[in-house]
Amino acid sequence: MIDKRCPSVADAVADIPDGAVVMVGGFGASGSPIELIHALIDHGATGLTVINNNTGNGEVGLAALIGNGQVSKMICSFPRSSQSRVFPKLYREGKIELEIVPQGTLAERIRAAGAGIPAFYTPTTVGTILADGKELRQFDDRTYVMEPWLKADFALIKSEIADPLGNLTFNKTARNFSPLMCMAATTTIVQTKQLVPAGDIDPEHVITPGIFVDRIVEVSRPVHEDTLIAAGRSYP
Amino acid sequence: MSEGWTREQMAARTAQDIPDGSYVNLGIGIPELVAKFVPQGREFIYHTENGMLGMGPPPADDERDLDLINAGKKYVTALPGAAYFHHADSFSMIRGGHIDVCVLGTMQVAENGDLANWSTGAADAIPAVGGAMDLVQGVKNIYVITQHTTKTGEPKLVEKCSYPLTGPGVVSRIYTNLAVVDVTPAGFQVIELAPGVTFEQVRSRTGASILPPQ
Repeated sequence: MIDKRCPSVADAVADIPDGAVVMVGGFGASGSPIELIHALIDHGATGLTVINNNTGNGEVGLAALIGNGQVSKMICSFPRSSQSRVFPKLYREGKIELEIVPQGTLAERIRAAGAGIPAFYTPTTVGTILADGKELRQFDDRTYVMEPWLKADFALIKSEIADPLGNLTFNKTARNFSPLMCMAATTTIVQTKQLVPAGDIDPEHVITPGIFVDRIVEVSRPVHEDTLIAAGRSYP
Repeated sequence: MSEGWTREQMAARTAQDIPDGSYVNLGIGIPELVAKFVPQGREFIYHTENGMLGMGPPPADDERDLDLINAGKKYVTALPGAAYFHHADSFSMIRGGHIDVCVLGTMQVAENGDLANWSTGAADAIPAVGGAMDLVQGVKNIYVITQHTTKTGEPKLVEKCSYPLTGPGVVSRIYTNLAVVDVTPAGFQVIELAPGVTFEQVRSRTGASILPPQ
């Protein structure tokens, strides 16, 4: 019997080792798996490379993981925002590495990893400093830059509804990078607001098929990063 | 001497050039104002790169959904007929040439259409590119909406960008507070002056040669 349920967020992240590459779903606060990130802070793995569109906000969630000194490198498209303080400070102090990747290239590199495609060509960055040193090639008289896939050891994902087989749905724009990250990580760990029996999600409505998911933890009342920041909270 | 159009008027002027039925992506800042000035009888469908077509205006404070945001991470609404999708699909719409118009802000635009709007290149700057490089390479028409000069009076329309490029030769039209300017093989070409603004005024604030309205 396939049953991907996991008893707690602590159990779900317990085997993430030091130095792991970890994808974290979410775009800004929306879709950020706060409970899984906080469990990873409690777990304490260090030297992590984290892949996310941003670098977290305030002093909770991803920003707290970075602020706790557990992240040595960020791969993202937009590392600063109005409420992002932790990353900019560490970056300016030279304490964290940054790989800047355009948002569409980031998404496609993750998708390519999940799809078994080691590299692809894109027009994005051609003629800019972000294409420096990269392989260029002409197709139909236009120049494209080669970009490699982007894999991870683990993905931390927030879903709306899941079943024990790992089938997932998401909530509105909280979907963003999450379905791609589910495909690209060796071990995909999902926190879900609602856990339902197999068959309760209409197969036509499944967004991420369970084959891409390894562990499911029910977090029935997830906190939202925006709510924590508005309340002035920090973690731990 | 007239200072030309306000931000709202610039946005309204931009909206006039967007055809009915266009799929439109609006950048953060002044470009967002374009959505307030859809000309009567036209319908635009707004794309936000974090995964929605059919984006609607901001909600009332008590009707916010924390999981319904735009690319600027502001709360928005979904109009009837909206669709959600993941990031790879969203950027397939962009890179695959399915979006008709993108309106962006800028730091500099060069006379050959080069756009620089993501980094000053300064040593202590934290680079942040977001989706701008994907948008300028993939969207059919790239419009720029910007003040004609910086706050300190430096031209933003220049011969050659001094900041790192977002994309080379990508801009087709520029809407400033002073004029509407096309990027042509012959360089900048004014196609319309804001009310009360003279061509001489535009030329003196442009950092490249610029052709008068025909």
